[in-house]
Amino acid sequence: METKEIKNEVLLGKPNLEVFSATMQKLAETDRGIMAVTSDSRGSGKLVPFGQKFPEQIVEVGIAEQNLVGVATGLAAMGKKAFAVSPACFLTARSLEQIKNDVCYSDNPVKLIGISAGVSYGALGSTHHSLHDYAVLRAINNITIVAPADNFETEAAIRSAAEMETPVYIRFGKKAMPQNLGSIDFEFGKGRVLKEGSDLTFVATGEGVWPAYQAALKLEEEGIHATVLSIHTIKPLDTGLIEKFASNGQPILTVEEHSVNGGLGEAVASHLFQNGFRNKFKIVGLPDDHTVHGSQVEIFDHYGISEEGLTKTAIELLK
Amino acid sequence: MTAKELKDKSIELRRKTLEIIYNAKAGHTGGSLSIMDILNVLYNRIMNVSPENFNDANRDRYIQSKGHSVEALYTVLADRGFFPEEDLMTLCQYQSPYIGHPTKGVNGMEQNTGGLGHGLPICCGNALAAKKDNSGVKVYTVLGDGEMAEGSNWEAMMFAAHYKLDNLCAILDYNKLQITGSNAEVMGLEPVAKKLEAFGWAVKEVDGHDYDALIETFESLPFEEGKPSFVIAHTVKGKGVSFMENNIKWHHGVPSAEQMEMAREELLIKEEV
Repeated sequence: METKEIKNEVLLGKPNLEVFSATMQKLAETDRGIMAVTSDSRGSGKLVPFGQKFPEQIVEVGIAEQNLVGVATGLAAMGKKAFAVSPACFLTARSLEQIKNDVCYSDNPVKLIGISAGVSYGALGSTHHSLHDYAVLRAINNITIVAPADNFETEAAIRSAAEMETPVYIRFGKKAMPQNLGSIDFEFGKGRVLKEGSDLTFVATGEGVWPAYQAALKLEEEGIHATVLSIHTIKPLDTGLIEKFASNGQPILTVEEHSVNGGLGEAVASHLFQNGFRNKFKIVGLPDDHTVHGSQVEIFDHYGISEEGLTKTAIELLK
Repeated sequence: MTAKELKDKSIELRRKTLEIIYNAKAGHTGGSLSIMDILNVLYNRIMNVSPENFNDANRDRYIQSKGHSVEALYTVLADRGFFPEEDLMTLCQYQSPYIGHPTKGVNGMEQNTGGLGHGLPICCGNALAAKKDNSGVKVYTVLGDGEMAEGSNWEAMMFAAHYKLDNLCAILDYNKLQITGSNAEVMGLEPVAKKLEAFGWAVKEVDGHDYDALIETFESLPFEEGKPSFVIAHTVKGKGVSFMENNIKWHHGVPSAEQMEMAREELLIKEEV
């Protein structure tokens, strides 16, 4: 396995949302089958330039998310590479039955793109948050669930999705993320090792990865050596990689922009417990409560999904 | 096939449908008998789809939105040669692919359906893709009248009109009964033709059991250039078996041995006078 020097300086990149739209444009240049299906969401999806450049490859359904997924299904069934693009909150709740039946059960390779995911909409409140999406989609078979951490993972995920012949869900936010926190290897279902250490393992996904990485650097200053895994694919889970970093008994701290119920943390805990691991374990995410009001950063800080919060939680866990 | 041949065939198809439901002790009897003539005309006269061309991208598409009436579709597909008829005696049995709603595990099925309000949106995607590809593919779906209360249908109707999908034909199996009672009691649908027209569709009403009328209607598609077509097919739930007709008890009622024998007697091919 690749080991990595600690990078004290992370190069800040663009929002993953912008990387998504730029990648869509690059793909559409050479592939007329690429279709973006939007629910009055081309602006929020940064797809206005895409639509101008490829008017035949964007389909507007209006504010009608059930129809969004149904239409994307129909396009995919006719051989199009259909990307259904809508805020993650609506896409995975309002159209859940279409995802379950039309996409997953019916084996149609629709690419479901959840934009402005998690608490990206911040103070707009819980109507616009998606803290349930991993949980509900994990309970549906035949779907790959992906939350890229950085710009590199986002572009790789979109490119991989275009070639997928099975359903995939990819969600990301709209805040600037690092360009690349690790290596340039990407494959759905294979986590990335961003940093290695033998005292503690952060198992993180999506926009929870960067604060975990920052906390690991901070802990290093305290003489605590942490591993950081970017588990961009929540399903199928890279159980081999997680087991490897659980096998010396070190505490495990999972980090996600999702409810603590049913997300990455519970997936990891379930696997490890059923396979005999008894490591100290902590799931960091959004609690089972009404979410506090504030910006994404304020919400992250409030629940300890931050350099400071995760450093503190890690130290507590090591006691 | 001629209207007369199709009509004769329909009696046999109805009997076979009842036989598989009787054998399985499960099925949606009333609705299957209701849509039988529509399916018979589509598969044996109108649509460009057959076992030979089922893997051809340019075949016509049929997605049954009212998935619960799958027994009629199974019978028509078997008769058309998509799979052996004897397979249907495994309907609803353990590990049989012939389950109680359409699945792609059965040759000839385009999509898995069963949840209501799903067929029309998928058909919209099919029809739009066919338009973009200039393939000439036509797309058909049958919806139940109770199903029309699903909001997703109305989302899809707006879409189909907006994109001028005149290669799309939706058919309403308008038997006016649903599981709880009449549409009028459960959730009023009238004036349905005006609603569909107001949504931008070209609409024709037809007796859903009149073979000449069904053929004429489907052969006149699209009803208007640049508009999706909606056929309001006035049908009778349980059509063809006197004691099942217009009786909600037969929504998913299964005949007893005695009732099955009565039904068989009614479903004998008779020469027209």
